[in-house]
Amino acid sequence: MTIRVPIVENILNANDHLAVENNSRLESAGVYSINIMASPGAGKTSLIEQTLPRLKDKLRVAVVDGDIATSIDADRAANAGAQAAIQINTGGDCHLDAVMLRGALEQLDLTQFDLLIVENVGNLVCPASFKLGTHKSILIASIPEGDDKPYKYPGMYRGVDALVINKIDLLPYVPFKMDYFERGVEVLNPGVVTFPLSAKTGEGMDAWTNWLVEQVKSKR
Amino acid sequence: MHELVVTQSILDISLRHAQKAGAEKITGINLVIGEFASIVDDSVQFYWELYAQGTIAQNAQLHFERIAGEMTCTNCKLSFHPKDTDFACPDCKSEFVQITKGDEFRVESIDVE
Ligand SMILES: Nc1nc2c(ncn2[C@@H]2O[C@H](COP(=O)(O)OP(=O)(O)OP(=O)(O)O)[C@@H](O)[C@H]2O)c(=O)[nH]1
Ligand SMILES: [Mg+2]
Ligand SMILES: [Zn+2]
Repeated sequence: MTIRVPIVENILNANDHLAVENNSRLESAGVYSINIMASPGAGKTSLIEQTLPRLKDKLRVAVVDGDIATSIDADRAANAGAQAAIQINTGGDCHLDAVMLRGALEQLDLTQFDLLIVENVGNLVCPASFKLGTHKSILIASIPEGDDKPYKYPGMYRGVDALVINKIDLLPYVPFKMDYFERGVEVLNPGVVTFPLSAKTGEGMDAWTNWLVEQVKSKR
Repeated sequence: MHELVVTQSILDISLRHAQKAGAEKITGINLVIGEFASIVDDSVQFYWELYAQGTIAQNAQLHFERIAGEMTCTNCKLSFHPKDTDFACPDCKSEFVQITKGDEFRVESIDVE
């Protein structure tokens, strides 16, 4: 005889639980943390490279870089002034998950840092589903990707706490209807704080770093 | 693709609940997946054959209930399935709309013997 057993449990429940553990570990060490997500090439590492020198003498920063392979991005972060830079190679996985971040946290003396920046694997779909336990999720959209991305990747736009619009130096050269883009964002994530900037020219970088420093301070 | 993790998670959840219920065999697993939630396609059934081997769930059939995305206009209260390129209300054209369905991503129940 077949019986139906009701369950109603989120499929990624186990990951969610681990994310909560990561978060308490960060909390108890007094580390504020952000998870930067974006498509490949949107400028995650470039944003980190521009951000680190601006935080110098203000915050002690560790960077965890997720990539399918290579340590290029962690090396870039170290060169830009990260006090620690750890590369996680996911070996094919399209996202970081809470287990991988836990592994990275174990390699760090968390008491030595004020801010942990996690660069997720370049992907606009999967990272949204896997909580890491960071305090804030940041999405980078970039101008050459096109203005229709909120409509195509609603899951990613929905779950984030701040939106960086990178490569605004390219606005004169690329068709990008900002109002169309922003309408999509507004539906998916009403009132989300937005930072248009260029990680190439530095335009708009101060608003972003000031916000970040505020976030870290308000946590202390 | 993260179908592997998803498969593993579904298996863990199902086995845990089957054990609690004292089941000898899991014959079916009922999943509810919303359009805006994480991608999960039928390849999970394929991975299942590998992952569930040797467990009481090895012959379980996965059933996907797919929930279409739904938005509701906060102005005129109309509920609609959004177009791919436009989220505005198809009736009153308002852009004040909320997502009301499509975030589901869960193991709803299992069928056991
Ligand atoms: N014009 C312009 N180019 C930029 C800007 N930011 C980054 N780039 C360029 O975009 C390319 C990709 O930048 P990365 O920072 O490596 O992008 P990423 O998101 O870290 O890429 P992955 O880690 O490989 O997913 C590089 O060639 C950067 O020089 C910008 O603001 N303007
Ligand atoms: Mg990078
Ligand atoms: Zn309406």
